[in-house]
Formats: sequence, C-alpha cells, structure tokens
Amino acid sequence: MIYAILRRFGQMLFVMFGISVIVFLIFFATPGSDPAARIAGRNASPEVLEAVRHNFGFDRPLYVQYGLMMKKIFVTGDLTSFVNRGWKVVPAVLDSIPVTLSLVFGAAVLWVVVSIVIGIVAAATRDSWVDKLLMALGLLGISMPVYWLGEVMNLITQSRYHDTWLFSWVPPLGYKSFSDDPKGWFLALVIPWVTLAILYIGIYGRVLRAAIIESMQEDYIRTARAKGLSETRILLRHALRTSLIAFVTLFGLDFGALVGGSALLTEVVFGLQGIGKLTYDALQSLDLPMIMATVMYASMFVVVANAIVDFVYILLDPRVRTS
Amino acid sequence: MMLSVRDLRVSFRTQEGLVRAIDGVSFDLREGEILGVVGESGSGKTVSLLAVMGLITDPNAIIEGSIRYRERELVGLPARELRRLRGNEIAMIFQDPMTALTPVYTIGGQIAEQIRAHKRVSKSQALERVEELLAEVNFPNPREAMSRYPHQLSGGMRQRAVIAMALSCNPALLVADEPTTALDVTVQAGILDLVRKLRATHNSAVVFITHDMGVVSELADRVMVMYAGRVVERGSRTELFSDPQHPYTRALLGSIPPLTGEKPRRLPAIPGSPPSLLRLPDGCAFGPRCPVNYEPCRTGKPVLGDGTHAAACFRVQA
Repeated sequence: MIYAILRRFGQMLFVMFGISVIVFLIFFATPGSDPAARIAGRNASPEVLEAVRHNFGFDRPLYVQYGLMMKKIFVTGDLTSFVNRGWKVVPAVLDSIPVTLSLVFGAAVLWVVVSIVIGIVAAATRDSWVDKLLMALGLLGISMPVYWLGEVMNLITQSRYHDTWLFSWVPPLGYKSFSDDPKGWFLALVIPWVTLAILYIGIYGRVLRAAIIESMQEDYIRTARAKGLSETRILLRHALRTSLIAFVTLFGLDFGALVGGSALLTEVVFGLQGIGKLTYDALQSLDLPMIMATVMYASMFVVVANAIVDFVYILLDPRVRTS
Repeated sequence: MMLSVRDLRVSFRTQEGLVRAIDGVSFDLREGEILGVVGESGSGKTVSLLAVMGLITDPNAIIEGSIRYRERELVGLPARELRRLRGNEIAMIFQDPMTALTPVYTIGGQIAEQIRAHKRVSKSQALERVEELLAEVNFPNPREAMSRYPHQLSGGMRQRAVIAMALSCNPALLVADEPTTALDVTVQAGILDLVRKLRATHNSAVVFITHDMGVVSELADRVMVMYAGRVVERGSRTELFSDPQHPYTRALLGSIPPLTGEKPRRLPAIPGSPPSLLRLPDGCAFGPRCPVNYEPCRTGKPVLGDGTHAAACFRVQA
C-alpha cells in the first residue's frame, strides 16, 4: 500500500513535468510568433523588447529558456507582467489561491455531504414520491446556470430582501481573509458556496443514486441479505462503499477543474478575486507571463486532485492496492 | 418435520403477463436430511428455495402457499423476524463464489459480521470463531486467510469462505444453490466432502440444488426432480436411481455416459427445449418432448401422488 502511494506520487511529478514542458512549448516555441513581442505588449519600445528578450533568454537555446521560465515561476518568483507595468505575477497568483480554495473547498464540503445524503435517501426510497421529488430537485439544480443563479442570489440577499431578518447578516460582496476575520470570511462565502454547490449536488446526488441502485443488484447484496443483515446495514456498508468509487472519480475531476479556474463565473458574480478571475483578466489583456503562471497553476491542481482521488481509491478498494 | 413446503406458487408480473415460475411445489425435509433438487435451468429449483429463504426481493413477485419451518409459517412473516432466522438458523450458499462476497471487505470481517448480527459476542470473540470456521473448511492457514480480500483467493477458496460464512451460526438448515457448478472437478469433490462432513458434525439438514445427476447420486438421501416450475418426481436416492418412473427423470439419467461397458457413439439427448413459462403447453408441460405421451397428457395436468416415491405422470399412474 505504501509502495502504491509512493509510485502514484512519482507519476504525479512526472505528469507535472510533462505539462510544464507542453505549456512552455505552446507559448514560447510556436513557429512564426515572437514571444518577446507578446510579453512586452502592444506598442512596446525597442528597448523594452530588447530587455524582455534578454531577460527571458530568447537569444539562447530553448532548454535554457525553459529553465529560466521555471526558475522565474517556482524558484525566484520574480516573473513580471509587462502589460501591467511591472506587476509581479507569482505573488498575484499566490494571493488569489486562498480565495479560490476557500470558495471551492467550502462548496465541495457542502455538495459532497448533501449529495451523499440525497443519493442514499433516494436510493433507499427508490421509486417512491421522496425519490422522485429529490431527483426532480436535482435536475432543477443542474439546469440553473451558475451565473444566473448567482445573480438571483445577489438580487435576493443583497437588495430585495437584504433588510429582512432572513438576509440582514449577508455582508457586501467581496472576500475577507480567514486569518484576519474568520467570521467575516464565513459569512461572505456562505451564499457563493451554496450557489456553486447546487449544480454539483444535483449531479452527484443523481450519480450516487444510480450507482447505489446498481450495486444493490449485485450478488454480494443477496449474500448480505442471506446473512440476515438489516437493510440499512446492507445499504450503508455493502452497497454505498462500492458505489462511492464512481463518485470519487467525478469529484477529482470537478474539484481539480474548479480550483484550476472553472469557478470563474461564481467568482465574477460574487466579486471574488480568485484564480479564475485572474486568468480571465490575463486573457483579456493578452498578458503572457500571467497566462503562463495561471495555466501552470491550474494544471498542477488538476494533477494533484487526481492523485488524491487515486489515494482515496486505494483506501476504498482493496483490489487497487496490489495491482 | 423441520421444513414443510405446501403448494408453493411464485409468479412474476412482467410486460407479457403473469409468469408462474413455481406452480404448486410441495416437499418435506427432516432434520439432518440431504435433499437433492434436480432440474434444467429455468425449472424453478433456485426460485423455490429463494422463496424459502425470503430472498425474492423483486416487487413484482407474488408468493403464495405455505412454507413452515419448525412449526413457523415463513410466508408473510415480518421482515424483522425473517432476518433473525436468515443466516442464523437457515443459511444459504450461492452458485458463484466470485461475486458472492463483497469485494471491499476482508473474509474475516464479512464472516464476523454475520456472527455479530445474530449472537451477542465481542469482535475478538467473533474473530476467534471465524478462525475455527476457516480451519473447519480446510483453509491451510486460517489466521492469515481472515485478513484476505476476496480477490486474493482462488474460486475454490472463496467457496470455502462462503461455506464457512454459511456455517458460522450453526444453521439447522443449509440451502446450497449449485455450489460446485463454477468450480473445477477436484475442488468440487472437496466441497462435497465438506457438505457431508457438515451433516455429520452439525446434523444440519441440507437442500442441495444442482443439475448434476452425478453429484445427487453421491450426496442426497432423497431427490426431487423439477420441470417447468413443478415437481415431476420425488423419491429416495435408491428408488430414483434404480427405478426412475417419470419419462423426464429417465431421460436425464439416460444422458449420463456409462462408466463401464461400451460407450454410445452419441449421448442420448432430450429432444426439444424446455417450454417458455409464458406459453406452457396445455396438459403435461413435458408432453411435447415426451417419448411416451398419449391422449390424456394433452388435456390434463398430471399431479404428483402421495407416498415416498411418486411421479407426476399419467403413464405411471395408469
């Protein structure tokens, strides 16, 4: 088991290296384009262009350029945005990480807990009105676009009903750091968490229900019944455990993608300066160093999330441990 | 009488109408007796015993008739009370050991779970009992086997684990549903020995479902032959093998290759195939395939007579 974990960790490092090379090549070795001109931005003076060329090693071989780039991102952290006049890219990314992590992590806790409960209850009451109601609500959650839902939430909690007892606690839009003001952090994020989680609660609840119902057809469930176990125990210990594998797979992909910037819409709607917003702004102004840094960051998170999923697999399914 | 099944009928509501999988099955089982249930796939042998176990969970199934276990009626017994019997006094071994165990828990854990569902014992006491059980079903290294997951064991070992699980609460009645079909012949012999030993040591009654006449002739005290959801012949092992009466039983026995003497060039087979339960022929269900059918077989359904050796056949009863 230890060996399996170590090996997975090694694979993770290898994949990260591969991603960094590919991302680098896409931005810096595409034939017929001059990366120095793009980094320097529109209407840059020849002096600036020359400085960029030297700074990023564009007068030297490709592997030196790669090394310099990685050094700027990961070691010295002094990658500079020229489009935004000397803005340090790495601190900007590092500042936005806690915002996105807070948003996505909180939403993930919410959607995992609620969707597991919904999935179990729906599977246990299969084909009853409870099941049908939960699945209809899930479908409703999936159908509401997050930007629309976010704006509706804002309309209700920030303006229309803000002065009622129900929503008077909702603070104005924006992020508060957890270390400065834990209560403010929590209050500011409750509405964004719920908004982001609703879509995933719908998806995950439905997926889990289907997986549990499928497991309940397995032979070992009949064995469990023949053992004289209660239906609750059969559902929770024998059917749920094997059903969680599909759930965890999905979770790894979604969590990685969200942390890597897919929470953009939620971030924009709620005025949170997260990684998605940062990437979006960088793309708007063609800020190559910033794009490079955020893409690297995003891909790393997807890779790490997938590695964590694989570790959870190892815990969930003994069959994975030996092979 | 330990188990007494009377006029058991199991039907399933389907798109094409009501399918009667079991049509009036009756049989008795004494303490410590081994009953062999023989028949082709779809003859209803598994469904009738699943009904006894209360394991037909299909909401479209209708179960009628009477199943009395030690003077208690099992049909219509509340799920709670049925659960107390299941795995405790009545245990079942399933056909395919590859899929019968939950893949994510250890063998020891799964057996201990059953013990603790029925007996008030601590976890360590339960695990001690598991070790004894695994030794009893001939695991070479029971302590080590306890911490194994199902996928780490061979088919024969898994079936032994399933049997150990079934025996864990000293059941008075054991239902074995083709427990050797998925296994190699040598492993099969070991499992049969185990069933025999079990009867000797625990005095459990066993219902052994199989389509292998050879297994029946080795193991069973009494035999029941099923066809299209009905019992067509029943009798003691000697009666049935030395004096088969129903044409279907005779045909089944005729399709076993002889061990001595000249081998036939082709094994005799029963012509045709089992009828669809949706479209049973009028009269005797075996009639269309029967070599000796005559006028009465096409109109009336033959009923199994009383007595220890009986066959549901107009020819025999005439």
